[in-house]
Amino acid sequence: MRVMRSSGTALRALARNKTRAVLTTLGIVIGIAAVIAMMEIGNGASMAIKDSISSMGSNSLLIFPGSTAFGGARAGAGTGVTLTADDKEAILSHCPDVARASVVVRAGGQVVYAGRNWVPNSIYGTEPSYLDVRDWTALTEGDVFTGRDIRNASKVCIIGQTVKRELFEDESPIGRDIRISNISFRVVGVLAPKGANLMGMDQDDVILAPWTTVKYRVSNRRSSSTQASSSSSSSDTVNTLSSLYPSTGEGLYPALSATQQANTPMPVRFANVDQIMVSALSGESIPRAIDQITTLLRERHRLRADEEDDFTVRDMTELTKTLTSTSTLMTRLLLIVALISLVVGGVGIMNIMLVSVTERTREIGLRLAVGAKGRDILVQFLLEAVILCLAGGLMGIALGRGISLVISTVLGWPTEISLPAIVMSVVVAMSVGVVFGFYPAWRASRLDPIEALRYE
Amino acid sequence: MDLIELKDLRKVYHLGEIDVPVLNGISLSVAAGEMVSLMGASGSGKSTLMNILGCLDRPSSGLYLLEGRDIAKLDHDEQAEIRNEKIGFVFQNFNLLPRTSALENVMMPLEYRHRRISTRESREIARNLLHKLGLEDRMHHHPSQLSGGQQQRVAIARALANSPSILFADEPTGNLDSRTSREILEMFSRLNGEEGITIMLVTHDAEVASHAGRVIHILDGLVVNGAYRAAAGGGA
Repeated sequence: MRVMRSSGTALRALARNKTRAVLTTLGIVIGIAAVIAMMEIGNGASMAIKDSISSMGSNSLLIFPGSTAFGGARAGAGTGVTLTADDKEAILSHCPDVARASVVVRAGGQVVYAGRNWVPNSIYGTEPSYLDVRDWTALTEGDVFTGRDIRNASKVCIIGQTVKRELFEDESPIGRDIRISNISFRVVGVLAPKGANLMGMDQDDVILAPWTTVKYRVSNRRSSSTQASSSSSSSDTVNTLSSLYPSTGEGLYPALSATQQANTPMPVRFANVDQIMVSALSGESIPRAIDQITTLLRERHRLRADEEDDFTVRDMTELTKTLTSTSTLMTRLLLIVALISLVVGGVGIMNIMLVSVTERTREIGLRLAVGAKGRDILVQFLLEAVILCLAGGLMGIALGRGISLVISTVLGWPTEISLPAIVMSVVVAMSVGVVFGFYPAWRASRLDPIEALRYE
Repeated sequence: MDLIELKDLRKVYHLGEIDVPVLNGISLSVAAGEMVSLMGASGSGKSTLMNILGCLDRPSSGLYLLEGRDIAKLDHDEQAEIRNEKIGFVFQNFNLLPRTSALENVMMPLEYRHRRISTRESREIARNLLHKLGLEDRMHHHPSQLSGGQQQRVAIARALANSPSILFADEPTGNLDSRTSREILEMFSRLNGEEGITIMLVTHDAEVASHAGRVIHILDGLVVNGAYRAAAGGGA
């Protein structure tokens, strides 16, 4: 109530000297506008960075097998054969912070369709869930292959935009057969364009096929791609890891006779994979997911406490951190500059309020004489300062929004409206008003009415 | 019971090492409905006395009863309330808020009432007062657009806004020409006669003082004569 009425008085007092009020708030207007514009531009930049990172798969973790060593010569990360599809299943069912997982088998080689050929950047044998892990579920044509295709090691694939462009141009590739390393694959889907990743690698230059097919039918890229394997032959000896870990125990199926094996080509599911891609539930759960995966895999791989991991878990948070920290640093620097200008604006307010108190000494004396208490005077002058700052803050927000809109349209910089910045600006503007308005208001409230009335 | 009663009121200013006595034991009384003048040369202590009577200042010693209440013992906030509710001031230099309409000037004291009233009510009160003082067509004028007499009338309306028990007018005609002075003084007489408002005129001008029913003469911080109504008589 008192504040309501006093703010009326304060507003009328401000209205008596409009030019001064406007000029006084100018400092705050500029300060807040700078803060808002900085925050929006900074936010836009970090959003752009986050977008490009999450296009690589949000919250994703990569699990690689460890290195192998022959004698003293170690072959480097990812050369081991320690990861299996069962590991992936176990991770999925035993790690609560893991949302999705998919195995990846890499292959390489030439792809041929009609008269054209092309060597795609990557040929991945994987599962449908790979697309979920990569945040890449959109297809422009066709469909993803299914779990059944994986069980059957069907010769189907989905291709990226670049592959489509290079092999098919404008033709629809759905239902066409392409040959990957001399094995015929039917194209069932075309992925939506994803563009280059942060390293500039074309992510659309990709072919995805069921991992079983790639594993068993297409030669691994480390073996010579010219070694043709008969596509129709299902009796290839596959590299089963069933016996690698004693715990695996009995095989899934009773041992088949040679005839049975020939009659029912059953892809063996226990095979090593080149990597497992995992997505955590959220960015925050990544460290927990890493712990869970590490513990689980160590247990499954029967590693003693003194043995090193035979796998590595990598996350992208390091990358994300580096990139966002740069833009955060810039935003913070600019923000500090903007805050300094706010303080300058606040000092301007204090200065003018002090002048105003001196100038209106008689008015203060009069108000005291007609029964205003020191508190009433304090509240009135404090409110004048706060109203000035608040009005300045609101104008600043509008101006800042305007600036960032102009920048985003004229310069094409990404900007992102920042609600916290707006809320913060209002709070900061009010605090500036209270902090810098208090001293003048306090001086006003301490005036002696007799002296004040006599003041010339 | 008298509206104002002073008993042996003293005021001493401390200027560094030296004590300067300004009021040396003043005793007087003013009854409700009276119109008195407080007269004295400059430096006689009449301004100090008016400040104490108006609750703007406190006596060093002595008793000041306003409507039976001992004013000297009140704290700043309580004094402010007394000033708001019981006392109206009219100043020599009008002291109107610049660039503020007459109506809003009159409404100003109502803002500080202990018991709040709505803006509409206070506007009504202010309008009635301005009407009573013959300023109904000047309500929305700013002080700079008003003549001295009109400004002083706005100031009187403002002083009356909270229906005070007593009106202190400190040299109310000091800045006015003689014709306007007479008008203002007649206005005071009329308010006193018709409305029964207690008025104390503080002046050094015998001509002005003579408009009041009783003149209290002050000299060197003492009441020379007129301290009590004719019946009581006598000086301090």
